[in-house]
Amino acid sequence: MPPRFTPERVRYDRRYRTLDKYRFVVGFLAVPLAFYALFVISPFLQAIYYSFTDWSGGPVAHFVGFDNYEKMWNDERFWDSLQVSVLLLVIAPVVTLVLGMFFAYMITSGGRHRRGRAIAGVAGSSVYKVVYFFPQVLSVAIIAVVWGRVFNTNSGLINGGLDKAGVDGPAWLGGDETLGLISLLTVISWSFIGFYVVLFSAAMGAIPKDVYEAALLDGAGRARTFFNVTLPLIRDTVRTGWIYMGIQALDTFAICLVMVPPHVLKVTPVFLYERFRDGQYGYATAIGVVLLFLSMAFSLIVMRVGNRDRIEY
Amino acid sequence: MTTTTTTAAQPQPQKVPSSAVRREKETGGALNVFSHAFLILWVVLAAGPLIWVALTAFRPSAEILSDPMGWPASFHWENFSNAWSKANIGQYTINSLIILAGSLTGTMLLGSMAAYVIARFTFPGNRVIFMLFAGGMMFPVILALVPLFAVMENFGLLDTRPGLMIAYIAYSLPFTIFFLTSFFRTLPTGVQEAAMVDGASHTRTFFQIMLPMAKPGLVSIGIFNFLGQWNQYLLPLLLNNEDEQSYVLPQGLASLAVSQGYRGDWGALFAGLTIAMVPVLVVYAVFQRQVQAGLTAGAIK
Repeated sequence: MPPRFTPERVRYDRRYRTLDKYRFVVGFLAVPLAFYALFVISPFLQAIYYSFTDWSGGPVAHFVGFDNYEKMWNDERFWDSLQVSVLLLVIAPVVTLVLGMFFAYMITSGGRHRRGRAIAGVAGSSVYKVVYFFPQVLSVAIIAVVWGRVFNTNSGLINGGLDKAGVDGPAWLGGDETLGLISLLTVISWSFIGFYVVLFSAAMGAIPKDVYEAALLDGAGRARTFFNVTLPLIRDTVRTGWIYMGIQALDTFAICLVMVPPHVLKVTPVFLYERFRDGQYGYATAIGVVLLFLSMAFSLIVMRVGNRDRIEY
Repeated sequence: MTTTTTTAAQPQPQKVPSSAVRREKETGGALNVFSHAFLILWVVLAAGPLIWVALTAFRPSAEILSDPMGWPASFHWENFSNAWSKANIGQYTINSLIILAGSLTGTMLLGSMAAYVIARFTFPGNRVIFMLFAGGMMFPVILALVPLFAVMENFGLLDTRPGLMIAYIAYSLPFTIFFLTSFFRTLPTGVQEAAMVDGASHTRTFFQIMLPMAKPGLVSIGIFNFLGQWNQYLLPLLLNNEDEQSYVLPQGLASLAVSQGYRGDWGALFAGLTIAMVPVLVVYAVFQRQVQAGLTAGAIK
């Protein structure tokens, strides 16, 4: 009851106020929790259950134990897709993070003695940070369409350029698995590098300037400063970024579905989606469960690898 | 877009205090040129394909096919009107706007309500509910995909606008609540208590006192959700695939790109892409600080 209608005799009663508080808490949480439980939590839990059934979209689903997983084990197309996904999981974070760190270091610490400081960003660093971030604000579907045109064999940007130089460009997405994988990696790294430049710039910007001044006095060059000062100090951010990028690479769906023709190669989420389209719901959810375990295992491994004492500054 | 590239391509002369000049010569020089070249190269790589799309949008289809790298000989504005009406981009844009109006309002309202209660009230289960929401950020959406389809079908929400809005809201809640909970915790408690003493109800305190105070946080997460929901592809592909007229913009463009292989109006496709990209890039250019802060906060969850 709003305070102005609350009877005077109960208004200051502790029990009334507790009741009022709980009514408010329940009232505000009910709708968000209901939405979340119905459309997020319950599908996740159902997915794990359905992965053990032969569900094909109808009202009935029979429990079949590990049949779906066994089928997956023997399905060559699943292994093909998993090979692509695991390659992305391993290579994409390395490429993206190395380039992202390089650009971030140039932007935050590349300009020595600029403006009289021991260390500062190169000229125009704020412009770089804005432009590099462009791909990150676009829809993955649109990125996939744009790059599909860039890689197009006959009327694409790359082969058009090679044409002018007198070279016959390859059919990037035309049928060769390696070229397809390279194209996919390029687009994934391209779309995420700007994000990591901004993320690492923020981490590098938080390092106190006197640490750099000390390194400079000791005669450390730029490369040495990076490996001995900057990198150890931002290790936690790099690890977080690595996990995040790995999971992003594993989740690659739209880029592969829209850009790469299905006969060239497909990643596991696309393989899952195709099984869903075929009506093999039980099988599709089992593939999803495997993806979940793969991303959890990856996160755990990366966390163990980089786990050393945190450096305080 | 073109103007930013040209300014970036001309590094300003570095102001170096005279005492440091000698040292600069020792460490700088070739390495400086090298690293600047890399930085500028990436500007070209990051913005190049987008500029190419925007320029090609003005060329007729036949020209695009014969010489993909060419400069527009004359500006063919009809590509844009073709894209808007014949290729359905107008309809897709309107669909996206309608969905976004509902989903963004819903996300912000429900997200801030839940976050406020979790952050400022003690009640049994507080911690559990927070972990439940925060945990949702870690799971791959693709896993929930198949059962979500069935859940939506059971509620009669499949291929409907309210259904898509609800799905967007539900999948935006974890990060929104996670972000806003920590934001509401930082706000001073004194103001809230003063409002209660003055006789404001909990609801009134929330809407008239706490929400206006949380405005910076709401703006950050609002832009984050705006971009995320405007760019959504997976959820509409799954839940809104029945009628082509109801496609949202990224979905419509992806399907257009596939069908263009048969129809061949490439000019309209490029114009459609430009129509889809430019507004987002403008919003980003205006709010770039908040966008970068919001999106990178998402990584360190």
